[in-house]
Amino acid sequence: MHQVEIATQQSLLDAPEMTLNMGPQHPSTHGVLRVVLKLDGESVIDLDCDIGYLHRGMEKIAENRMYTMIAPYWDRLDYIAAVSNGLVWVETVEQMMGLDVPPRAHYIRTILTELNRIASHLLWLGTHALDIGAVTILLWAFREREEILKIFERQFGARLTCHAWRVGGMPNDAYEGFAEDVRTFINNLPKRLDEYETVLSENRIWLSRTVGIGVISGEEAIAIGLSGPALRGSGVAWDIRKSRPYAAYADMDFDVPLGENGDTYDRYLVRMEEMRQARRIIQQAVDKMPDGPVNAKVPKLIKPPVGDYYHSIEGPKGEIGCYLVSDGTQQPWRVRVRPPCFMNLQALKKLCIGHLVADVVAIIGTLDIVLGEIDR
Amino acid sequence: MFGFLAAPTFIDSLLLKFFSEQTVNFVIWPLIQVGLVITITAGWVAYATYLERKISAFIQARLGPMRVGPWGLLQPIADGLKLLIKEDFIPENADRWIFFVAPYIAVVAAFVVMAVVPFGPDWAVITDVNIGVLFVLAVSSVGVLALILAGWSSNSKYALLGALRSSAQMVSYEVSMGLGIIGALMFARTLSLSGIVTAQASDSIWFILYQPVGFVIFLISGIAENNRAPFDLPEAESELVAGFHTEYSGFRWSLFFMAEYTAMVVVTAVATTLYLGGWYFPFVYRLTEARGYHNAYVVISLIVFLAKAGLILYLYFWLRWTLPRFRYDQLMDLGWKWMLPAALINIVMTAIAVTVIQGLDGVRGMRTIDSLASGLGLTGTGKAIAIAFGILNLFLTAGVLSLINWRSRDFNLKKQRRQIRLVDLPKGAPAIAPAESVSEARP
Repeated sequence: MHQVEIATQQSLLDAPEMTLNMGPQHPSTHGVLRVVLKLDGESVIDLDCDIGYLHRGMEKIAENRMYTMIAPYWDRLDYIAAVSNGLVWVETVEQMMGLDVPPRAHYIRTILTELNRIASHLLWLGTHALDIGAVTILLWAFREREEILKIFERQFGARLTCHAWRVGGMPNDAYEGFAEDVRTFINNLPKRLDEYETVLSENRIWLSRTVGIGVISGEEAIAIGLSGPALRGSGVAWDIRKSRPYAAYADMDFDVPLGENGDTYDRYLVRMEEMRQARRIIQQAVDKMPDGPVNAKVPKLIKPPVGDYYHSIEGPKGEIGCYLVSDGTQQPWRVRVRPPCFMNLQALKKLCIGHLVADVVAIIGTLDIVLGEIDR
Repeated sequence: MFGFLAAPTFIDSLLLKFFSEQTVNFVIWPLIQVGLVITITAGWVAYATYLERKISAFIQARLGPMRVGPWGLLQPIADGLKLLIKEDFIPENADRWIFFVAPYIAVVAAFVVMAVVPFGPDWAVITDVNIGVLFVLAVSSVGVLALILAGWSSNSKYALLGALRSSAQMVSYEVSMGLGIIGALMFARTLSLSGIVTAQASDSIWFILYQPVGFVIFLISGIAENNRAPFDLPEAESELVAGFHTEYSGFRWSLFFMAEYTAMVVVTAVATTLYLGGWYFPFVYRLTEARGYHNAYVVISLIVFLAKAGLILYLYFWLRWTLPRFRYDQLMDLGWKWMLPAALINIVMTAIAVTVIQGLDGVRGMRTIDSLASGLGLTGTGKAIAIAFGILNLFLTAGVLSLINWRSRDFNLKKQRRQIRLVDLPKGAPAIAPAESVSEARP
């Protein structure tokens, strides 16, 4: 196993270290991440992340838009999980305004964000496996993701960048046959997940590529600010759905998977289990979904009272938060995103040093980053 | 029934009217054979790409190429045309001359090996070199040179890393590949590929039964030597973009592509020849040659050969689309700590097996050896002993390899595997609307 000591050893054959520019156009940096690697042979001595290629100035744009107009921008932060992103924005505004969102809307939100979590994890699984060389998993994962996207398309009219919510509830009620579609999907999911686990979990090559790679302890993970599966993979019990329930999570019964060693394999297992738990949540939510309106009484002009507020939800990648400062007008005074991927990416250097180039892509994969959210 | 297959005989007599017998036998017929083999190989390679795409599609719940021709059957031709007319881009700082030459070395090295592969009996072999196996090993390793030249001349770090990886990989696996073959050669008692097939045909047996370990070693080393998944590190697209051919485009790229598939076809062909009896298949001889249909015998044998090689080729595809990729150091571990010892054990065990069989011949009237005319012609008893040794070898190799490697990290991975814990965290206070708890206004 390649430990950090390699970095301090004399370089191989006294050769000068090589600087390798990985990205921004590289197949496995998941977008436009640029990683400047310092290599000794193939082992990584040092690395530096260069981000910002996808910077769109979301936070600044938000200062010049009305509250309803900002929501679609939020869908494009983490474009893999547009539904979850949209939720944190509308919930922040709702809570600032003290709107009483009807329970049916909360339940539909829970179902759709959990579906989005599964979709996001499936995409992660596919690309992570692709980075490690198992190409077929990508196509299999996309097959299931397709079913979720179909549900999204029927509900929101869009597949990827769905503008899902309105402040105060939903733009419209769940479409006819929504519950059946969701049930069909979650009934098929477990055997698909078992299929993936058959191909990967016990696979020797998969094990040797992931066990002991990119290890981070719980304390270090907290110090760096990891959240989501990356944090739980290190054994830290932290899940906002539990600790500060939003939407309808307070009524749901589910477990939180925790890893032990904080390596790539643990994070893989945690995410796989999270998909199963997400299925459990959806099952309960669909069964218990109440009738009634899906919209609160919302004033014509959305003007949160003067003040600031921080709200966060457990997105697929970790804690996605929104800090909102209102000056009582139709436009926010300041908006700040708490991006999970940005924080998670900080761990990259810590995780990679001492490993080989091949492990760098595995570690980028295991952090599950989306550049749209990192660069904002 | 097989009348139409008399064509070669007819052409032969036709040619003899225009040329001397020597010209016909040593110039024209070899040329026809070369053309035939190149056509077969090129077609095989082209349709191997088609098959790969189809099979990968079926594994991945897709349809694969469907648009060009029925079921996309003309896809390889369309691809070839497209690559032919694409721009041949050369990086500015590339070493132009080497950059030009490298793909040709790759493709020639791969194709030349086909010269000694016996596709069938009689006229289906271009040339039967009496050191055929050595020729195959020697020429196929020239391919490494092409990769290094390509990686070096591209003047790109990704290409260079890919070339370094591939050269190290191919050199290491060539060792175990060469050593793995020796077992089969002891039974065949010849280095000629045709001779090896004849040795199996005359004994009505496939050497895979005597040499299960040798077959596995050869196959794994062959896949590694071809840089195919799960050993496709040199061109691991997720790490090195495209490895040594990152900077190549158009026709030159397609030459590398062709070289890769040809090298694959070569390994399957050699594996078939050495371990699966080559073109030999039970009853074919009795139904055709024995009844006087010589050309039918050759053609059916050829089809048998292609079918067997195709099966191994399918294994290649199957592995590629199922397994993740090894890491570089793990690949080296596998090569030097697993394949090489296994090959050495195989040689020793086979030597013991052959000695025992020879020693038992004539003891208390026991007959183990029929004849030594072609290969080690064994009787039923001899075969049984050889197969028993083969199976024993399987267990012995597994045992010894476990003993050597039991302390290594990768060996105990199953034990290192931990289950994740599922905890039901206590629920906190819900994030309710805090209209009154909003803090003081900012300026």
